[in-house]
Amino acid sequence: MSELTSLGLAEARDLLADGKATAKELTEAHVAALETVRPLNAMITETPELALAMAEASDKRRAAGAAGIMDGLPIAMKDLFCTEGVLTTAGSHILDGFIPPYESTVSGNLWKAGAVMLGKANMDEFAMGSSNMTSYYGPVESPWRRPGDNRPLVPGGSSGGSAALVAARAALAATGTDTGGSIRQPAAFCGIVGLKPTYGRCSRWGVVAFASSLDQAGPLTRSVRDAALMLRAMAGYDPKDSTSVDRPVPDYEQALTGDVRGLKVGIPKEYRLDGMPPEIETLWQQGIAWLKDAGAEIRDISLPHTHYALPTYYIVAPAEASSNLARYDGVKFGLREEGADLTEMYEATRGEGFGAEVKRRVLIGTYVLSAGYYDAYYNKARRVRTLILNDFVEAFREVDTVLTPTAPFDAFPIGEKMDDPLAMYLNDVFTVPASLAGLPGISLPAGLSGNGLPLGLQLIGRAFDEETVLRTAEVLERAAAFDALPPVLA
Amino acid sequence: MAVDRDTVAAIARLARIRVSAEQQDALAGELSNILGWIEQLGELDTEGVEPMTSVVAVELPLRPDEVTDGGKRDQVLVNGPEATEAFFVVPKVVE
Repeated sequence: MSELTSLGLAEARDLLADGKATAKELTEAHVAALETVRPLNAMITETPELALAMAEASDKRRAAGAAGIMDGLPIAMKDLFCTEGVLTTAGSHILDGFIPPYESTVSGNLWKAGAVMLGKANMDEFAMGSSNMTSYYGPVESPWRRPGDNRPLVPGGSSGGSAALVAARAALAATGTDTGGSIRQPAAFCGIVGLKPTYGRCSRWGVVAFASSLDQAGPLTRSVRDAALMLRAMAGYDPKDSTSVDRPVPDYEQALTGDVRGLKVGIPKEYRLDGMPPEIETLWQQGIAWLKDAGAEIRDISLPHTHYALPTYYIVAPAEASSNLARYDGVKFGLREEGADLTEMYEATRGEGFGAEVKRRVLIGTYVLSAGYYDAYYNKARRVRTLILNDFVEAFREVDTVLTPTAPFDAFPIGEKMDDPLAMYLNDVFTVPASLAGLPGISLPAGLSGNGLPLGLQLIGRAFDEETVLRTAEVLERAAAFDALPPVLA
Repeated sequence: MAVDRDTVAAIARLARIRVSAEQQDALAGELSNILGWIEQLGELDTEGVEPMTSVVAVELPLRPDEVTDGGKRDQVLVNGPEATEAFFVVPKVVE
């Protein structure tokens, strides 16, 4: 780990602003760092030449006094964001060779802010997974190991490559997307910060769609301040996404006052699961104590439909996925497997091009949307989703933010839980409710498990109140003073 | 609701995904488990609850009905597995 790769995003920004390093030096250090962590398989496509060209352009902008808020800062881009002229796979065989002729709005916003792209990060296929094991490009290894146990662990998912690269100090930060926990859960597993903004805060245009009513882009970083900085660059109204919301993007770093006195923090009793490891409960209690010490008021609250969030999600998300993934037909882009007629060509292409988990979800989605089942499954789930949102609306009359664990356990070895989809789905039991309600949520590293692995705490906020979430998270971050490093470092 | 292999075959046909006979058996078990678990939603009384259409209350924006983009035929075709002149090529559809 070199001096330049150990910096945070905001620290690196300040270093460049003070003229103590150049974007080229910073980028060269990260390009070299990426090479040393290749065994993690965290990148699908490295773009070193592009990175260096972007860095040189950044140094020129800075010299001309035209530096943006993330100018010269090298980051990894989850391979779900379309990047003009750079292979974009969504972790799937079916997008073989797809080189977008356009740029996603969020990645474009980051380049406009001056950020430098190191490459495209590995991920679960079409963002469907919580372990990064469903990628066509192979699993990502977490940079973490259990002490005395060399089995590779999952980094979480679906933004697993992004989380592994940031934790291993091979990228200053990375983009992720979160549909049911795909930013927050890998952040928790890898000991970093992951922020899912409010639905509508970031444009979905040019992001390969999984479940359009849930998908939201956000940053994975090594500190809360870094998340605040990067969200500001990513967020904003986009006329090309009619669900993006037209309201000003605040300077989120201004919200980091360190003061939570009088802030009301809700503790939902329904997030206490049977069979949850006691260390998760202990960590949660520790988080409560930290906030209380900082002057926050702790309130017990109830989110009574929490138990139904996961099954609701596994109707809504596959239903939307089955519709979104209809576009992969072997005609317009990606893989084609030949067939005697058009239908056979479709079936062969999709049978070959989709992996097991994607097929499972498309089939579930097709089933719940099919004639005779639409009301019983899909409309039922949409009704329960309203109840879940109402739970939060009620709770936020009394409290300003909600504190929960991020995941019900720590990272597990690669290969586990793959034969039991329902056990895998449990990864997201604490993150899915906020997704269904469209609310902002952040995970920050708060301690180590008995296995010596990172554990995260989650804060959920009111719609478009990322500022309270970030402010509270930064107070928790200071109290937790999490400084453990993974054994694999660039 | 238990899903049998014929149902799997029917859904796979609707989804235009080729599924081998062995996969049909495995999927029948997996989908039955998932759907059985999902059915716990039936415990909830949702009478009179509106199905959610949008998670964030926003009015859909309108813009003037004017062409804002286009003329990108070659860029559209460039990623097609098979394209000729101005067309995507697919297996013969009409005899």
